[in-house]
Amino acid sequence: MEKFTPFAGAVCPLDRANVDTDAIIPKQFLKSIKRSGFGPNLFDEWRYLDHGEPGMDNSKRQPNPDFILNDPRYQGASILLARENFGCGSSREHAPWALADYGFRVIIAPGYADIFYNNCFKNSILPIVLDAEVADGLFNKAGGETALHIDVDLEQQQLRVGDEVIKFEVDPFRRHCLLEGLDDIGLTLQHVDAIDAYEERRRVVAPWLFA
Amino acid sequence: MYPKTLYDKLWDDHVVRTGEDGTALLYIDRQLVHEVTSPQAFEGLRLAGRKPRRVDANLATPDHNVPTTDRDQGIADPVSRLQVETLGRNCVDFGITEFDMDDIRQGIVHVIGPEQGAVLPGMTVVCGDSHTSTHGALGTLAFGIGTSEVEHVLATQCLIQKKSRSMLIEVDGKAAAGVTAKDIILAIIGEIGTAGGTGYAIEFAGEAIRDLSVEGRMTLCNMAIEAGARAGFIAVDDKTIDYVKRRPYAPSEDQWQQAVVYWKSLHSDEGAVFDKVVRINAAALVPQVTWGTSPEMVVGIDARVPDPESIDDAVKADGMRRALDYMGLEANTPITEIVLDKVFIGSCTNSRIEDLRAAAAVVKGHGVADTITLAMVVPGSGLVKQQAEEEGLDAIFIDAGFEWRDPGCSMCLAMNADRLEPGERCASTSNRNFEGRQGQGGRTHLVSPAMAAAAAIAGHFVDIREL
Repeated sequence: MEKFTPFAGAVCPLDRANVDTDAIIPKQFLKSIKRSGFGPNLFDEWRYLDHGEPGMDNSKRQPNPDFILNDPRYQGASILLARENFGCGSSREHAPWALADYGFRVIIAPGYADIFYNNCFKNSILPIVLDAEVADGLFNKAGGETALHIDVDLEQQQLRVGDEVIKFEVDPFRRHCLLEGLDDIGLTLQHVDAIDAYEERRRVVAPWLFA
Repeated sequence: MYPKTLYDKLWDDHVVRTGEDGTALLYIDRQLVHEVTSPQAFEGLRLAGRKPRRVDANLATPDHNVPTTDRDQGIADPVSRLQVETLGRNCVDFGITEFDMDDIRQGIVHVIGPEQGAVLPGMTVVCGDSHTSTHGALGTLAFGIGTSEVEHVLATQCLIQKKSRSMLIEVDGKAAAGVTAKDIILAIIGEIGTAGGTGYAIEFAGEAIRDLSVEGRMTLCNMAIEAGARAGFIAVDDKTIDYVKRRPYAPSEDQWQQAVVYWKSLHSDEGAVFDKVVRINAAALVPQVTWGTSPEMVVGIDARVPDPESIDDAVKADGMRRALDYMGLEANTPITEIVLDKVFIGSCTNSRIEDLRAAAAVVKGHGVADTITLAMVVPGSGLVKQQAEEEGLDAIFIDAGFEWRDPGCSMCLAMNADRLEPGERCASTSNRNFEGRQGQGGRTHLVSPAMAAAAAIAGHFVDIREL
């Protein structure tokens, strides 16, 4: 996995609560057996006026001019600002794959659904939790004539918005893995002796689990 | 020894090691695998030259993409076909048992796991599907994971986890006739909200939960995720043990007694402390119907569509307006006046034999309303379908004008050919009423099987307590 380094990015404000993973990447695109290529279909049903299917040439489709991702101000945005309970619903990791493929590296919201939140860290996306009032303040700033730019520093756990510094917190283990770009499986396999020992114990107390 | 919650017990029995910061390596007893969230995980194993640690701990079946008609002709959509074939190839390559499309044991993963006894009390169970919470009905710690974690479990039989907070939802009293497990869970979600359980593992308890059959408990736990909780579970009792007995993957006779002794310990101890407690009075509940685009947008059958003008919270009112617009509904419309186009009985929430019996009991002797363009029943597995046919339920549905289909996820998420057209309104026994969930522009109302069946006959929602 790529190391998560400090960067500055433009903010795209998606002003609705309970955005579910069906909305982030609709089911028809889940038929792919690959991890990449989901970006053009991120938020497909909101982003285009016509119905999308896998394999279509998206450049020939009709973009929905009212959807925020199509707003000229937010082209190239790498930070998604969202509302409460972002990423609820299906566990599909295709949602963070689509967000990452589109170019989002950071999401800022007052809260996330657990599975989605967890999936982000496996894909070098940093989901930042801010108080609803602080997020509200960012929504006010992000709606100007030009896109709001934010400096993101995971090491320091802070955002810089102009002169303002906003602190955030991330679980130390997840932060460490993101900063170092660590592969979870590799980490776990360092403890293979502990797994062996656990299985030996369980074979005795719960043999039916190993039938 | 301090009193433990059921969650504490399930957790403690599966911790392989705990890191300094409290992050645990949690052992996984069972992984269920389907075609949509596994191909990239198997590919990851291949690229890293890794093998599954325990092939016997995995069980696979295709469900999301499979057709529910004309199955002998294969899958028409080449993209879907490739995904289902990829699952088959991966299972052969890595030695994992798969119930393929032609196997009578094929079905929705969350139906076949318990049906086969592949899910047993006290297990940790995962699947690349959020509705894995279903299996908590058997006193397991079961939760949905992403594809990276599917690969992680394949390679290590473990997951890196932090313990959630614990919530007890106590549903006291007796539910009235016509108020089912589906109505109880929808009412709970209406009460605590779709993010109410975020960060929590929920134990469901109380008289109304004990009264539920094991299949009803599966319906309940299935939708814990719709309340934001990755896992929802219920203490083991005699019903749980009876359910498991003699299933194909159940413990052998010589291990049965040892298993039962352990299973009987799987309940919260007297005096165990939860981080949060919610109490619901089952006797006050009525059959539920969702009116919006989130499962928390739910009211009783005797209510009206809510009015955003009466809500102070601006973000919430805005969400309600958007939902009403999408759903094509006017505020203050009585729920019983909502007219439907299609009816779907199926999904991992409500496609088991008891669900089909409940629906058939309502349908028997009646016909589907002329205004309903499609009413379909999709059994949860080949074995559920077979059982229903032995009981003559298929004839009841077919005589009434329902279509009787082959098992799969079908129109719950419309990855196969079963879907709503834009603007169509559906009474559905599934679990999500999100925008576009059942087809772009489709409008979903979540209800119990009996309520869906009654709506199919009347053409609009009716209060099944009055039938």
